[in-house]
Amino acid sequence: MEETMFIDPQRCIGCRACVAACRECATHKGYSMIFVDYIDRAETTATMPTVCMHCKEPTCALVCPADAIKVSDEGVVMSALKPRCLDCRNCVNACPFGVPKYNTQMHLQMKCDMCYERSSEGLKPMCASVCPTGAISFGKYEQIVPLRRTKPVNVHVFGNQKVETKVYLMLPTDADEVKVDGCGVFEGMLSRADAETPTTESWIDTQVEHSDKANEF
Amino acid sequence: MSKVENLDQIIESYGPHLHDAPHGGWRADRVIDRVVPTHCPYCAVQCGMNLLVEQNYVVGVEPRYDFPVNEGRLCPKGVTAYLQVHHPDRLLYPLIKRNGRFERASWDEALDLVVSKFKELQNTHGKDSIGIYSGSSLTTEKTYLMGKFARAGLGTRYVDYNGRLCMVSAAAANNKAFGIDRAANPWSDIPLAEVLLIAGSNCAETFPVLNKFLWQQRDNGGRWIIIDPRETATARQGDLHLQLKPGTDVAVAIGMLHVLIQENLIDQAFIDTRTNDWEATREFALRYTPEVASQISGVPAEKIIAAARTYGRAKTGMVMHARGIEHHTNGVNNVLSYINLVLATGKIGAPGRGYGTITGQGNGQGGREHGQKADQLPGQRSITNPAHRKHVCEVWDLPEEELPQAGVSVVEMFAKMREGEIRGLLSICNNVMVSLPDTNDVRRSLEGLDFYVCIDFFMSEGARYADVVLPGSAWSEDEGVTCNSEGRVVKINKANDPPGEARVDWWIIQEIARRMGRQKYFNFDSPREIFDELRRASRGGNADYYGMNWEKIERNNGIFWPCPAEDHPGTPRLFEDRFYHADGKAKFHTIEYTPPKEVPDDEFPLILTSGRVVYQYLSGNQTRRIGFLVEQCPEPYVEVHPETAMRLKINDGERVRVVSRRGEGVFPVLVVRTIRPDTIFIPYHWGEQLAVNQLTNPALDPVSKIPEFKACAARIEKIHSRQLPIMGRQRKGASLSEVRKG
Repeated sequence: MEETMFIDPQRCIGCRACVAACRECATHKGYSMIFVDYIDRAETTATMPTVCMHCKEPTCALVCPADAIKVSDEGVVMSALKPRCLDCRNCVNACPFGVPKYNTQMHLQMKCDMCYERSSEGLKPMCASVCPTGAISFGKYEQIVPLRRTKPVNVHVFGNQKVETKVYLMLPTDADEVKVDGCGVFEGMLSRADAETPTTESWIDTQVEHSDKANEF
Repeated sequence: MSKVENLDQIIESYGPHLHDAPHGGWRADRVIDRVVPTHCPYCAVQCGMNLLVEQNYVVGVEPRYDFPVNEGRLCPKGVTAYLQVHHPDRLLYPLIKRNGRFERASWDEALDLVVSKFKELQNTHGKDSIGIYSGSSLTTEKTYLMGKFARAGLGTRYVDYNGRLCMVSAAAANNKAFGIDRAANPWSDIPLAEVLLIAGSNCAETFPVLNKFLWQQRDNGGRWIIIDPRETATARQGDLHLQLKPGTDVAVAIGMLHVLIQENLIDQAFIDTRTNDWEATREFALRYTPEVASQISGVPAEKIIAAARTYGRAKTGMVMHARGIEHHTNGVNNVLSYINLVLATGKIGAPGRGYGTITGQGNGQGGREHGQKADQLPGQRSITNPAHRKHVCEVWDLPEEELPQAGVSVVEMFAKMREGEIRGLLSICNNVMVSLPDTNDVRRSLEGLDFYVCIDFFMSEGARYADVVLPGSAWSEDEGVTCNSEGRVVKINKANDPPGEARVDWWIIQEIARRMGRQKYFNFDSPREIFDELRRASRGGNADYYGMNWEKIERNNGIFWPCPAEDHPGTPRLFEDRFYHADGKAKFHTIEYTPPKEVPDDEFPLILTSGRVVYQYLSGNQTRRIGFLVEQCPEPYVEVHPETAMRLKINDGERVRVVSRRGEGVFPVLVVRTIRPDTIFIPYHWGEQLAVNQLTNPALDPVSKIPEFKACAARIEKIHSRQLPIMGRQRKGASLSEVRKG
């Protein structure tokens, strides 16, 4: 599969069509693997979806004691294999993006597999199909990137860990990598005064933090 | 007579209950026996979608990539739309209210009661004692039938539709300026425009899939000018955001026109050859500097100048607007003043040069074309025009003297109910207790009726007041056409049969007409036959459907009207050669700014504006029953600027009382810097004590009769509430969208 996903936060309108559509995927019917953050609702209407980034060296697979998480030839990181999953939640806790979920009823890890049964047959994943604005797009690099005025970035730095992903973030910067510590790619752009002013989080932000991003069903 | 006495029992039996799974639960092992291509039941993008059907149950949705408008895209309402079809709250049999309780009845019993009451009222109080209130989420066939039913079936002049609360200001202004009421360009023109001027449209939330075209335009290097009192998700990405005071669009638009004239950014050749009445508008605008506009609107003069230059200097550009400028007592004038910009720069009638209102409801366009409007006959004809009356009476085979004269708008109809002139009401496809302004007056209107019959497929807040509730059909249970916001007529297909004893709406209406002794005019055996008569009735009118048929519509992924002949391909772009006034020219209108009917004062110092959220559709009768959507937004809230919050000493998340001259409600505060300090915002989709329409002003635009939902005076009172908003895990399965038990 040459196609991959492109996440463009600038375009996100926070509608959560992706979250709803994710539930229609055959491998995890009724469960959504996506969350959409309000960045800081008190200040802005900006929002951002998080889907599985499909790391080239997936942390979830590296920490799995049972080798239950497989990567397809195309680089898609699959859901845990049901017979192997030990129910240990290592992957859920280790993923730097907070993506895998733990299903307490089924004693099973669940995660985005890029709608493998759709995408392996040439269909777009559900989230990228429905996204009204193209904040989540699915296609070939050379088809999507030339159309955009944003830069594809797929290297993320979490402290000492550098993660390269199959999925790209489309960013309005020159940066080659996203540094998640501090202020990420926008580090240095905030003034000291901003940093020293304590800001309280809007209850509507908290709402997402406390439920949509909970890592178990 | 029509009071709601046992609310608990009604809610227990008919909801809203939250339901969040397809029929038979979430299963991956389904055997799909049919895939039905159709369109979304909600907004007027009319996204294509495929419904997955297993044994007459709609069990899922699959993107419809081949429909050119949305190419598979959907918003969260569209993705979850199918969950309403087999919802446990569906009305399954006719209900008659006896001693304050709804009781199951047979169709014969219910219909005979309706007919005997209608006859009794009409015999005692005259034909006009019955009012019909219809809606634009119906297929065009049904909207046509509703207009015909009122005039030829009941012989009453009082018929109107819920588009009156939607885009009638745009319709009236379009007719005044262009002589026709339709968006001028297909959306495929949007990516070709260098500049988009979008006024009063929170299209990220209300028209999510329209944003596809906006971003295509952006990818082509285009710029956006957004005019809105709130920094919406669309405004956030705008190159220019004019954050005006609600209801001051006229001032901003004239200020811009002033700059266009001063800097010679107008198209004099276009003005000379294709428009009338420029001189007066020009002279007026010359006296109206951006500084004056700035004083009125609160938008810095530099921004008004920058917006005028950006729009004026671009070779191509499109102006679009929505309810934000239309829901005002000066709604028509707001629209006309933006149309003046379009005409002055000649940016219309060519690729990437255009104009259009972003019509709201699914069939908001089709529903305002074929005669369910108080003063309208099919094909956008006028009921006051003798030639138009003659044509329609010929098609209907109705003696001309039997065709009633024009009625009044819905808000005026409800006033007539309180005055006792209208004593019976039949409503379909609306929810008056949520969507009409001044809920308390609406309640008094309903309670004063002698008889109220409601056709719906869920028990809406309005239906609770009915004497008889007849179970109608959901959108997937019938077929017909709708017309989307661009003027593209598309085909809705049937996926399943109505559940229980519920019947398709056109059968119910025809059955009432038949029992009223008017069978002669209502012999349709299918929606196709209704469409065929509609085609003929619309022939020669502005909205001419004569050359269309269902197969042609499906084959072409929709046909744009006018389509006057069978070999005519339809008309995606209007005004390429001529406008629709008799002389083929468009008209300028000289507009003076008038403030909203109610402006802030010491007692009510804030401007209250209302609007929508992406998770709910209109009055929420469908969407407030779907778990996923309710979890995203379980209750209305009030957006307050941090400066205002600090002054009033209120905190984020605190519940406060919001009070206007008409009513009050308690809402949690969402403190956001994205709204003006002098303005507060509450979304409107809820009923009873959560309805913002308890507060809104029923003052009407003198021309379009649209109520002023978007600006009234209000104040916030601290009530020291300790109850937090429904948030976090609480909202899973929680809903305050209803009056709670106990």
